[in-house]
Amino acid sequence: MSTQHSERTNALALDISEVRKVFFRRDRKKGKRGPFARRKKEEVVALEGIDLTVKRGEVFGVLGPNGSGKSTLIRLVSTLLLPDSGTMRVFGHDVESDPFPVKRMINRVSVDAAFFKKFSAIENLLYAARLYGLPASEAKPKMREIMKRLGLEEKTFDQPMEHMSRGMQQKVAVARGFLTSPILLLLDEPTTGLDPHSKRDVQAFVREIRETHGATVLLTTHDMGEADRLCDRIAIIDKGRIVALDTPEGLKNLVPSRNGEPTTMEDVFIELSGRTFEDAEAEEEGS
Amino acid sequence: MSGFVREMRGAYAFVERNVNLIKRYWGWEVVWLIYSLTNALAITYIGNGMGMISGQEIDTQYVVTYLLVGALIWQYLSVIFYAISEMIAWERWEGTIEYTFMAPVSRPTHLVGTTLFAIGYGVVRTLAILGIVVAFFHLDLGGANIVGTVIMLLAGSVSFVGLGILAAVLPLLYPERGAQMTNAVAAILLLISGVYYPVETLPGWLQVVAKASPATYVIKGMRSCLLDGRSTLELLPTALTLVGIGMVVILLGLIIFRYVERYAKRSGRLKRSG
Repeated sequence: MSTQHSERTNALALDISEVRKVFFRRDRKKGKRGPFARRKKEEVVALEGIDLTVKRGEVFGVLGPNGSGKSTLIRLVSTLLLPDSGTMRVFGHDVESDPFPVKRMINRVSVDAAFFKKFSAIENLLYAARLYGLPASEAKPKMREIMKRLGLEEKTFDQPMEHMSRGMQQKVAVARGFLTSPILLLLDEPTTGLDPHSKRDVQAFVREIRETHGATVLLTTHDMGEADRLCDRIAIIDKGRIVALDTPEGLKNLVPSRNGEPTTMEDVFIELSGRTFEDAEAEEEGS
Repeated sequence: MSGFVREMRGAYAFVERNVNLIKRYWGWEVVWLIYSLTNALAITYIGNGMGMISGQEIDTQYVVTYLLVGALIWQYLSVIFYAISEMIAWERWEGTIEYTFMAPVSRPTHLVGTTLFAIGYGVVRTLAILGIVVAFFHLDLGGANIVGTVIMLLAGSVSFVGLGILAAVLPLLYPERGAQMTNAVAAILLLISGVYYPVETLPGWLQVVAKASPATYVIKGMRSCLLDGRSTLELLPTALTLVGIGMVVILLGLIIFRYVERYAKRSGRLKRSG
C-alpha cells in the first residue's frame, strides 16, 4: 500500500467503492406451477455502483424513500450481507475479507429493534455487552447512564421488553448501540415510528455522542428534516443509486428557490428523481 | 484485554442467555419435561407388559432396565442435539439473529458457550427424569460400571455436538422450515441407533446406516456398562473412537456452517425471521 493511499485510508471511516448488490426473488406469476416446479427467479438490484467516503468524525446521511437501498447499504457495512462486487473498507479494514476488526469498531441501531422479548432491558444490554467483550462491572453502570440520558425511567430497566412501548424499545436499541462505544455507528432509521419527544431525545443524543466521543455516524433516514439537522453531508439514494451527494446546503443550492420559500430537502429529491418522496415509496412498495 | 478473556466473555453470554431463556419460558420447560417423562414411562411400560403381551415368560426386569437406559440416554443426547441445533432457530424466533451475527464473536466461541449450556442442561434434565422414573420402576444397577458410563456419555456428547452443528445449518438455510427439519434428523437418529431395540432387528440396509450413527456406539457402550458391568478398560477404545469421530463431525460442522453462513449473507437470508 502506498503512503499516500495509507494516509487517505486512515483519514476515512468508511470507503465504499463501486458496490453492487442484487437479490433474487421467486416470481409467483412466472414459471411452472405445482409443488415440485421451480419458479423463475427475478433479479432485484438493491444497490448499483455505490461510491462514497465518510470522513472520521463525520455524520453522514443517506436519504431515500423506503426500498431505495438504504438498509441494504447499512447491512453491507455491518457484515450482515456480502456485496456482489465492489469493496467496502471501515478504517482501512475490508468488510468482506477482514470482518472481525470491523465488527469490533461498529454497532448498528436498526428500525426494527430486535430483542429477547421476555428479557429486561438490563438483561438484553448485558448480553450485548458480553458479546462485545465488556465486563459486567463496566457495562452495568454505563448502560444505566445511557438509558437515563435517553429519557428512560429507571423503574423500566428491569421490565420485560415486551411490556415496553415501541418508543421505549427503540431507546433501549439506541442504548445498546452506544454501549460498546463504536467508532463507527450505523443508524438505520433510528427515529422511524417514534413520537416527536422521543425523536428529539435520540437526535440530541446522536449530536452529543458525536461531540463528546468523536464517533463517526452513518445515518439512514427518510425524514428529510432529520437529515438536514443532523448530517454534515448527505447522499440521496433512489432505486439503489446515489443521485446526489453534498452538504445539506450544497444540495439545496442545486435547486432554485420557488416563490421566495427556502428550498427544502424534499424539493431537492423531486428535482433529482423527478417524483415526490411519497410517489417513490408507493412505486417501491408496488414493485 | 486479551483475546482469550474476550472470547470467554462471549461464550458466557450464550450460557447466561440460554439460562435466562429457560427462566423466562419456564412454562414451556414444564410442558417439555412432562412430555419427556411420559414418553420415557410409556416406553418402559411396554417392557413391563411384554410378558403379558407375548404370553411368555421373559426377564421383565432386564427388559425394563434395557428400555429405561435407552430412554434416559436418548433424553440426554437429544437435549444436547436440540440445544445446539436450536442456537440459530432461537435467534430466528426472537428476531435477534442479525445482532448476534454482527457481534465480534467467532462461531467456535458461539458454539463453546452453547455446548457448555447444553451439557449442563442435559445433565440436570436427565437427572430430574431419572429421579421421577425410579419411583415407578425398580432400576437394578447393582453391577453397573458407573465410571465407564460417564466416560461413554461424555464421549458420545462430542459427536452429538457435531451433529447439532450440522443440524443448526438448516434454520440458517431455511428460515421458515429449518427448525422443523432438525426434528426429522433427530427422528432418524432415534430410529437407526438402537435406542429401544438392538440394531440387529433393523433391515440389513438400515443396519448399514446405523453404523454411521455415533449414537449406536454410545448407547451400546453405555448399556454394556450399566447392564453387563463391562469394564472401563474394555470400553476405552470405543470411547476414544467416539471422541475421534466427534472431533471430525465438529470440524466438518464448523466448515459447513462457515460456508452456509457466507451463503446466507450473500443471499440475504439472515434478515428473514421464521
